[in-house]
Amino acid sequence: MNPQLSEDEHDLSAMVRDFADTVVAPRSYEADTRHELPMDVVAQMGDLGLFGLPFPEEVGGQGGDYFSLCLAIEALARVDQSIAITLEAAIGLGAMPIFRYGTEEQKDTWLPDLVTGRALAGFGLTEAEAGSDAGATRTTAVLDDGEWLVNGSKQFITNSGTPISRFISVAAVTGERTRADGTVTKELSTIIVPHGTQGFTVEPAYDKVGWRASDTHPLTFEDVRVPEANLLGERGRGFANFLRTLDEGRIAVAALATGAAEGCVEESVKYAKSRNVFGVPIGRHQFIAFTIAQMQARVHTSRLAWYDAARRCDAGLSFKTEAAIAKLVASDAAMRNARDATQIFGGYGFMNESLVARQYRDSKILEIGEGTNEVQLMIIARSLGLDG
Amino acid sequence: MIKIAVLVKEVPDTWSDRRIDPGTKRVDRDGDVVIDEINEKAVEAALQVKESGGGEVTAVTMGPKNALDAVRKALAMGADAGIHIIDEALGGSDALQTSAALAAALGSRGFDLVIAGNESTDGRTAAVPAMLAERLGLSQATFLRTLTVKDGTVTGERMTDDGHVEVRASLPALVSVTEQIAEARFPNFKGIMAAKKKPVETLGLAELGIAAGDAGGANSWSVVETVAAKPPREGGTIIKDDGTAGQKLADYLASAKLI
Ligand SMILES: Cc1cc2nc3c(=O)[nH]c(=O)nc-3n(C[C@H](O)[C@H](O)[C@H](O)COP(=O)(O)OP(=O)(O)OC[C@H]3O[C@@H](n4cnc5c(N)ncnc54)[C@H](O)[C@@H]3O)c2cc1C
Repeated sequence: MNPQLSEDEHDLSAMVRDFADTVVAPRSYEADTRHELPMDVVAQMGDLGLFGLPFPEEVGGQGGDYFSLCLAIEALARVDQSIAITLEAAIGLGAMPIFRYGTEEQKDTWLPDLVTGRALAGFGLTEAEAGSDAGATRTTAVLDDGEWLVNGSKQFITNSGTPISRFISVAAVTGERTRADGTVTKELSTIIVPHGTQGFTVEPAYDKVGWRASDTHPLTFEDVRVPEANLLGERGRGFANFLRTLDEGRIAVAALATGAAEGCVEESVKYAKSRNVFGVPIGRHQFIAFTIAQMQARVHTSRLAWYDAARRCDAGLSFKTEAAIAKLVASDAAMRNARDATQIFGGYGFMNESLVARQYRDSKILEIGEGTNEVQLMIIARSLGLDG
Repeated sequence: MIKIAVLVKEVPDTWSDRRIDPGTKRVDRDGDVVIDEINEKAVEAALQVKESGGGEVTAVTMGPKNALDAVRKALAMGADAGIHIIDEALGGSDALQTSAALAAALGSRGFDLVIAGNESTDGRTAAVPAMLAERLGLSQATFLRTLTVKDGTVTGERMTDDGHVEVRASLPALVSVTEQIAEARFPNFKGIMAAKKKPVETLGLAELGIAAGDAGGANSWSVVETVAAKPPREGGTIIKDDGTAGQKLADYLASAKLI
């Protein structure tokens, strides 16, 4: 047993691995090919309590912590990154901001269905002109007659167009603030916009390279009106709040990347033992064996990195730099392992029906989403006093 | 509210290499062991009975220390309590002795329904459930693929070689269930954590009232004389077509009584 894990954590991980292998994996190829989130699998994840993992029992959660959520995400990503990111985004970007910053009424309204997987919610930050630089946000929300009037558009928003998508927390400019030194900055806030609100349109899904079963859409907001009470968190605290959301999300993406990298090792070991070329299993060649040994070393170091960041996060310690490091090394591990694994699989590794081919396509986004790896380097450099 | 006992057992993982220790002539349980899949299904059946009409489920196992994991799994799935029969002296018990120990553990507790898997994937005697029913004086319905409990009666479809028969018994009763009974649920995290707080009673020879001279491999009624690994599969016969292949194929199938 892994000394880093408590008995409960060990059992949770084993349970989700079992679920991933028996329920998720058999559906993955079809879901990927059809670019469709398998809603029945999502429902079963809900029954399993996965969507409630890091929330206390008082709000209908499972009473776990952020670490336990990451364990589940890692276990799922071994076989299916789309399913793993659906869970990651549903909690990190959907339910967690409500749990953390919501009023009692907002929590009562939204949490029961979110923590059980009966509903999904998204977080709309990225825009055409505002990705890495969230300060460049253009979407506006103006208080008008006791209502927020929202205008603008968002792109690449996960879980925004599934049959059970319930609302989007939209980052919007709600005014200007004059700092003590006289400079004027945008006031960013977060507004809850429920699906079905007039003027809120979920545009057709993207045709993505990877994560194809995960649900991603552009969104437009044209004179959308929602009650003033839909402000999520304090007015003007939007920026600080979603930075926290993104910092945590990086740990989860690191766990996801670790799982993906591990999945590549599992597949490669099996293949190296069973594939005979020139009369011997290819794993007998030192080159192949060493390649897989390298892959395993990457899995191990990535895992230790996210374990550390997640433990810090749960303990209330600072974790920003550790999360950035974990995301950097783990996404790199996933990318390299997917590349090595497809090479080991030869021609079959280029066929979409092989898991390693899917891992190859899916892994690229890990270096981009939840803050690009360049952004991670910026964060790490800053922690060393190198402001660039 | 009915009281249900469900029998569970740790067995070597069917996905790993299973072996018999040539020295002790017993199944080697040092490798990967898991709760027997058929037992997970038996637990599921028990939980469904509980959920349909109220009840309390106790998971019962006999085996060494790691057998407790099977009970834990059952508790995480939703069983309410566990019983672990463990004693060095019980090692190597045959089916008769196992049923005696189980009967001693269950005997005076007033269970209304005992549910077992039809046979374990390691020993595969399929005898323990029937023996246990005899010892406890319970009606028995084995090899059920469906199970319903209503108004003090258990009904189900019993699998036979050519189909099934409907059977019925009044409680208290013992049933054994087949693979088809139900898909086992996965325990959720709350269940995993709750499992550790549920009561598990540990029983040894003394508590069971079994004399040391009756227990374990040295005193068992059946003796394993020899063990041998299954011979590796031999290559099949290849028939090359020189114009007579059809006839040869037909002859082969006829000789195997397949046509
Ligand atoms: C599948 C998918 C799902 C997504 N889900 C969501 C979601 O649910 N919600 C959401 O809000 N967003 C989501 N995103 C958006 C994602 O977070 C952004 O794509 C990401 O932050 C990068 O922003 P960008 O695409 O605008 O790239 P840009 O910011 O335009 O960056 C372009 C390139 O420039 C580099 N760069 C930028 N600034 C610097 C600098 N200062 N120094 C060095 N290099 C720099 C970047 O690293 C990158 O390589 C998703 C994206 C994808 C692909």
